[in-house]
Amino acid sequence: MEKTWNNKAWFLVLPVLVLVAFSAVIPLMTVVNYSVQDTFGNNQFFWAGTEWFEELLGSSRFWQAMGRNLVFSAIILAIEVPLGILIALNMPKKGWGVPVCLVLMALPLLIPWNVVGTIWQVFGRSDIGLFGYYLNKLGFNYNYVQDPLDAWFTVIIMDVWHWTSLVVLLCYAGLVSIPDAFYQAAKIDGASRWAVFRYIQLPKMQRVLLIAVLLRFMDSFMIYTEPFVVTGGGPGNSTTFLSIDLVKMALGQFDLGPAAAMSLVYFLIILLLSWVFYTVMTNYDAER
Amino acid sequence: MARIDLDHIRHSYLPNPQKETDFALKEVHHTFQDGGAYALLGPSGCGKTTLLNIISGLLHPSHGKLLFNGHDVTKLSTQERNIAQVFQFPVIYDTMTVYDNLAFPLRNRGVPEGDVDRKVRETLDMIGLADWAKRKARGLTADQKQKISLGRGLVRSDVNAILFDEPLTVIDPHMKWVLRSQLKQLHRRFGYTMVYVTHDQTEALTFADQVVVMYDGGIVQIGTPAELFERPKHTFVGYFIGSPGMNVLPVEVEGKTAKFGSLAIVLPGAPEKTGGSMELGIRPEYVRLGRVGIGVSISKVEDVGRHKVVRAKLEGREIAAIVGEDEEIPAEPKLRFEPAGINVYADSWRVEMRA
Repeated sequence: MEKTWNNKAWFLVLPVLVLVAFSAVIPLMTVVNYSVQDTFGNNQFFWAGTEWFEELLGSSRFWQAMGRNLVFSAIILAIEVPLGILIALNMPKKGWGVPVCLVLMALPLLIPWNVVGTIWQVFGRSDIGLFGYYLNKLGFNYNYVQDPLDAWFTVIIMDVWHWTSLVVLLCYAGLVSIPDAFYQAAKIDGASRWAVFRYIQLPKMQRVLLIAVLLRFMDSFMIYTEPFVVTGGGPGNSTTFLSIDLVKMALGQFDLGPAAAMSLVYFLIILLLSWVFYTVMTNYDAER
Repeated sequence: MARIDLDHIRHSYLPNPQKETDFALKEVHHTFQDGGAYALLGPSGCGKTTLLNIISGLLHPSHGKLLFNGHDVTKLSTQERNIAQVFQFPVIYDTMTVYDNLAFPLRNRGVPEGDVDRKVRETLDMIGLADWAKRKARGLTADQKQKISLGRGLVRSDVNAILFDEPLTVIDPHMKWVLRSQLKQLHRRFGYTMVYVTHDQTEALTFADQVVVMYDGGIVQIGTPAELFERPKHTFVGYFIGSPGMNVLPVEVEGKTAKFGSLAIVLPGAPEKTGGSMELGIRPEYVRLGRVGIGVSISKVEDVGRHKVVRAKLEGREIAAIVGEDEEIPAEPKLRFEPAGINVYADSWRVEMRA
């Protein structure tokens, strides 16, 4: 087929280009600008080259925050995905239970993140919080302000409470799309409950599960608000994840250069991981 | 293989059925002979799938008993009844290979792997997918997938019956013919009891020895394709089977004549029962168009290839006639009813005529 070349068509894309430039490219470039310079205020800038990047990649503080973040993501994925599948499998498929369950599931997703943080901050307090108080009553020495393990426990439970619903809803959508005939055929073939899950439900959920893992991974890798409200990154640095560390560096210490370098590295990591997921997903689609 | 007896079976989806209309399936009392090929034919919502699911055990009837070879299986689960069913949309296990798909029902029943292999290979040959054994089932075409669904039934040598629920709906027209004739072959070679649900008359008439026509939750006629064509028991069967369907004209019967408006039509015999609303049914194949008979005005001629369908107006009512492809339609056309093709209905049910 003959293609029509018409350079006027560029004008049609122009509005989007301008919008993207303002919302993404220009802010990103200012960050690039900061990352290669040093400033002591008064709008005086000195060329620093790759110094901040070298410093960042050589600093144990960065790698520790990264490590904590990866461990955090791994733990919440390991809990939320199986738990989400389990809940979705047990949700009713028809009747009055469906809207009730869906609303209950959607509730945590509708709460603003800082409110979630505040809820758990109060909930977990050992003096007045329902959760913390009774844990201590039951004989557990629980105090998320002082004990790093307790702080992790709280942050993880909070994330599971907040986000498992997302996995549930995605899986549920996958499950209800399976026609009845599949279950009937499985009955006729004499399939066990496990075989039905393994060969019918799981394959049909594969795609939504992949999306769920991707979303939960990216979100948890960028987590900021909730742990910031609950623990503030502490005790010590024990719950200081990458984004919390970044904010500390940029706004706490006002080290704009290193913070800009860190933002870029952080951005590249997310970009790389998104690309990996995207490739995996499109390959999977092509295979179908 | 088994003989299937439906003993006064009725079914309602309501918890407490009272009236006749509460039943999705009105009383069915019939026997499917061992090794027979049956079709359940009827429009959507006539209860044919309900009846099929009752046989397969996916549904349990609210009244009546179901017997396989004389044994009461009404309370048994689908698995225990040992039947195979092919659904409207192909059901395959995407992540498995073709081979594993067929092995699945056997492995679930704990059949030794040696026997599984032998049976699966036999079945692959039967359905003509031997070359595809190692392929993932996901990438196959709709008709191949449907063959796998069928194969999962055939692989169990001891199935009591194979049930089909509109299995060719998603298959391309040219493959429909191929699959249908392969089904017939399988039936002839292995003598399975087969029950085939469809709303397509061609499918039903070509597949089955006996066609069960259903309408509004009940069986209206059971018969061979020829019987359904020549002697429709109910006007619905007349409409539903045939293309175009039977002409049904409201008449008044007096002895051996039927009065239709100002016309008097001579019947081959006097109906045994009169009264109620009487109708005369005649298939377009038995309506002759020529220079003798009753004058009509032609409104439309449809040339369908093998023959022509003529739509005419007779006493203000639409009537269809079939005319040979090469026959000419006269300038002043006249209609004649062939006596052999005349059926008389009282309140929609056919009545016999005495000569």
